Order: sequence, then C-alpha cells, then structure tokens
Amino acid sequence: MTTLTDKDKAIVKALWGKISKSADAIGADALGRMLTVYPQTKTYFSHWPDLSPGSGPVKAHGKKVMSGVALAVSKIDDITSGLLELSELHAFKLRVDPANFKILSHCILVVIANLYPKDFNPESHASLDKFLASLSLALSDKYR
Amino acid sequence: MQDSWNTSKVSKMVEWTDFERATIQDIFSKMNYEVVGPAALSRCLVVYPWTQRYFGNFGNLYNAEAIIANPMVANHGKVVLHGLDRAVKNMDNIKETYAELSVLHSEKLHVDPDNFRLLADCLTIVISAQLGKAFTGDVQAAFQKFLAVVVTSLGRQYH
Repeated sequence: MTTLTDKDKAIVKALWGKISKSADAIGADALGRMLTVYPQTKTYFSHWPDLSPGSGPVKAHGKKVMSGVALAVSKIDDITSGLLELSELHAFKLRVDPANFKILSHCILVVIANLYPKDFNPESHASLDKFLASLSLALSDKYR
Repeated sequence: MQDSWNTSKVSKMVEWTDFERATIQDIFSKMNYEVVGPAALSRCLVVYPWTQRYFGNFGNLYNAEAIIANPMVANHGKVVLHGLDRAVKNMDNIKETYAELSVLHSEKLHVDPDNFRLLADCLTIVISAQLGKAFTGDVQAAFQKFLAVVVTSLGRQYH
C-alpha cells in the first residue's frame, strides 16, 4: 500500500482546492480521452448509446468518477475505509479489471496538466500520482 | 499442399493513418527541445525516483528542486528527446531504426525497459501541458501510439 506522507496529503488537498471547481469537466475530459486512447476500455460501456467524447453518458459518468475522487480527498487519512462501499461496488458488481484504474489515473493526470500547467509541477504530479495509486488500491481492495 | 503457416518472417508493420503521421510531424516540428527535454526527464526522476538509479554520476538529485535545477539532467533530457527525432523521420521503420540503441540500453546502460514507459508517460504529460487545447483526445492517442512503438522498439533487443 502506498503511504501518503503528510507532505503528499497537503499537496493533494491544496491542488484539489484549486481544481475541484472544474471537477466535472476534468472527469468528462479524462473519461473521453480514456475511451479514445485506450479503446479496450469501451468494453465496459457497451450499454451506453453514445461513447463519443463529450456525449451525455460520458459527461455524466465523468462527474460520477470525480465525486469518488472528491470522497477520497476528504478521507485521505484512511482511503481504504473511506472507499469501502465503492470498493464493494467495483468488486462485486462492476468488476473492472484493476489495470484500468491506472489507465484512467493517467488520463486524469493528462487533463490536469492540460488545464493547470503551472500548478501541476513535478512535485504535485508525484503526490497526485501516489494519491491516485492509493485510491486505485482501495477500489480493488475487496476484489479477492 | 501449401504450408499456410509462413513462420519464416511475419512482418507486422505498424500502420499509421494520415492523421497520426501529420500529428507526429506537427508536434515535433513545433517542439521546444530546450524546454520539453529537461522537463520530461526531470519530471520522471521526481515522480518515479527509482529511475534515478541510472544517474548516479549526475551529482545532486537530492530533492525536486535539485533535480529540476541540475544541468546534467537538463542536458540529458535534450539528448533523449532528440533521440526521438530518428523515429519521427522513419515512422515506417522504427523497429530497425532503434535496433542499435536497444542493444546499447540493454547491454551497456542496463536500463529496465519498463522505465521507457515511465518516461513516455511523463513526456505525454509535459506535451499536454505545453499544447493545451490543441492536445485533444485524438492527438493524445496518436502521440501515445507513437511513443508506444518507440518504447517497444527500444526494448526489443533485450535478452
């Protein structure tokens, strides 16, 4: 399990403070990019009428994903317990292969770099990458 | 009966669309090597600190500030980025183009090829920051496809 230092947590909370107002847009963009750059991820959304970036389902789902990120930020001192319900959802109902959490995390980072190039310096990048890795681990905690 | 399994040489050429070719040429023609090279390498060393193992003689890599200010890191970042030029010029032959460099990274430099992927991810993020709106999902897909081919080619001669 990745240990977030106090410095990591401070950096993540500060960065989230700056970007959270754009959370919905970030989520939509990240998800759209994921479906474009990694077409194999589309297999999880065969039930959507429209998988194109910017479509209704993509925007709505991007918003949902980012609310999960927001939850993790608020529970940053114990992400595993904080995300228990979401972990059970992903384990027993959604069964998303955990490799895809890395893929979506990368796309989220690409979007944040795109929208906040000055704030997303290497140190912030490192802490946020660790945070998203912790989040991903917490989400797959109940898988087996 | 003809043997339908031609196992001698199944050449799988990477196929590039016109959009992908144009995108790669465009990105690199406008590339600010002086900024992007150092930014990508220093970011890699900060975000994935274990990659510092290859730069023991680069002096002060003690913290993010030191890494970002380190002139040897900056210089090497430019070298690495310019190393991509040959792939840009030989998109239909990247595998052969990097055969020698692959041997070098394996037998002389002993770089774990997984690190190529880490550097590629950092480069993607730096380019994303540089290009802003122009870095659409389709452009990202083309860029990452290009880097993936480079990364695979660089790892190909390892044994």
